[in-house]
Amino acid sequence: MRSFALVLGVFCTLLTAGEIPLAERRSGYEFMSRETRGMQDDDATNPALLWLLDGEALWNRKEASAGVACSTCHAGMQGVAARYPVVKKRPINLEQQINVCRTERQKAPPLAYESRELLALTAYVARQSRGMPIDIAWNETTGPFLSAGRDTFNRRQGQLNLACAQCHNDNWGKRLSGSVIPQAHPTGYPLYRLEWQGMGSLQRRLRNCLTGIRAEVPAYGAPELVELELYLMWRARGMKLETPAVRP
Amino acid sequence: MARVVISVPASTKRGEVIEIKTLAAHVMETGFRRTQTGELIPRDIITQLVCTYNGVEVFRAELHPAMAANPLLAFTTVATESGTLEFKWTGDNGYAATQSASITVV
Amino acid sequence: MTSRRRFLALACGAFAAGEVAAQLDPNIQALRRAALESAIRKVTGDKPVRTGKVKLEVPPLIDNGNTVPLSVFVDNPMTAADHVKSIHVFTEKNPQPYVVSVYLGPRSGRASITTRARIADTGKVIAIAQLSDGTFWSDSVSVVVTLSACLEDGLI
Repeated sequence: MRSFALVLGVFCTLLTAGEIPLAERRSGYEFMSRETRGMQDDDATNPALLWLLDGEALWNRKEASAGVACSTCHAGMQGVAARYPVVKKRPINLEQQINVCRTERQKAPPLAYESRELLALTAYVARQSRGMPIDIAWNETTGPFLSAGRDTFNRRQGQLNLACAQCHNDNWGKRLSGSVIPQAHPTGYPLYRLEWQGMGSLQRRLRNCLTGIRAEVPAYGAPELVELELYLMWRARGMKLETPAVRP
Repeated sequence: MARVVISVPASTKRGEVIEIKTLAAHVMETGFRRTQTGELIPRDIITQLVCTYNGVEVFRAELHPAMAANPLLAFTTVATESGTLEFKWTGDNGYAATQSASITVV
Repeated sequence: MTSRRRFLALACGAFAAGEVAAQLDPNIQALRRAALESAIRKVTGDKPVRTGKVKLEVPPLIDNGNTVPLSVFVDNPMTAADHVKSIHVFTEKNPQPYVVSVYLGPRSGRASITTRARIADTGKVIAIAQLSDGTFWSDSVSVVVTLSACLEDGLI
């Protein structure tokens, strides 16, 4: 029995051996050039400002049938984005939560994933948690979903047979072609990505990566994607939210 | 309405050189990209930004496809008198956007 | 035996930053250089363009060629008697050479503009300023542009 416990202990250590030690975690911000960082830092010239302004307008707009705006019920959203995804029956991310409010409270149709409006509203909400530490706990409720997310992160996938961990735990800081590999902490979503020339959600980025390793790409909102989001946010717990970030 | 945003100091001293930052939401389609099936995506860009200060042109920019999407243009002007700064963007396919800002010069 | 790094670079459909000078077909390069020279000549007539007075700031290694922060400053008093009339920015390798032309004057206070450009390929970015006395001054910066590692659309 004791030898089994020993083997199990070693095995568990091996499983977590690749994880980045908490103190060594760095935001993708630190891997960018000075000029790209400047784009994020200057609120007046951060291109995401265009979406934030749209988001503010949407936040205050009364929706047709129920005549209710987000601002009707909610005074402010400070701290909210730092806690998402939350686990109700299942993990639900910020975009999904906004749509729940829209359909159930505002009696309005849900906004399509990656639509300009949903990105604007999510960015506006998340911006209000800027500077706050990401706050996701591993407990009884979140545990099973976090485990599933972690399994996805560590599992080899796709034609290239690569796991997220291989680039982002084992080889961060090194270069993939001309780009520096970051640690993959979602500290700034939704963000303005220079490659997209526009705003995008974390799920868009994840699906982008999966395309890159030639894996099957789940649909937006798929449970496995939200679980992965949950795990990534937990992995970044304590790191400051930067929304809206700029990334290459 | 096309989304544009300008950043101008609200008040300043006469003679001071102030910084103006402008952003316009626009995809700035170059006209050089192709779809997955090979068709050329037609050009669709902002072609001009004009800034007038109490009616007098103080800045003009001609933009080409090599300007990034959601174009930023930041420039300077001398705070000569209180009044209004007007910004007008024009572009392909009838694109037009305007914004104005009041400035107090003491 | 392909090293893992090289394999990853190839597999993600990207080009290694190494032999970048040879990326563009020489015929296309020649055409674009000719277009650049013609565009510059349209701005300057046949007047000489001297280096100096102009400071072009572009990062030498670019995070992403889609959006490249770019600033031009011209050392000039910006008075009625002596000012910068216009600043023109060009690239060497883009499909067309113009980036932006800005028209300034004494009311500008300073000759200083900031914008963001698209730079398709490793090469030169050139800024030319026309002064009120009719002279032309320029600065140029060589930049390195690499392709993003994992593209959203994937390879066909």
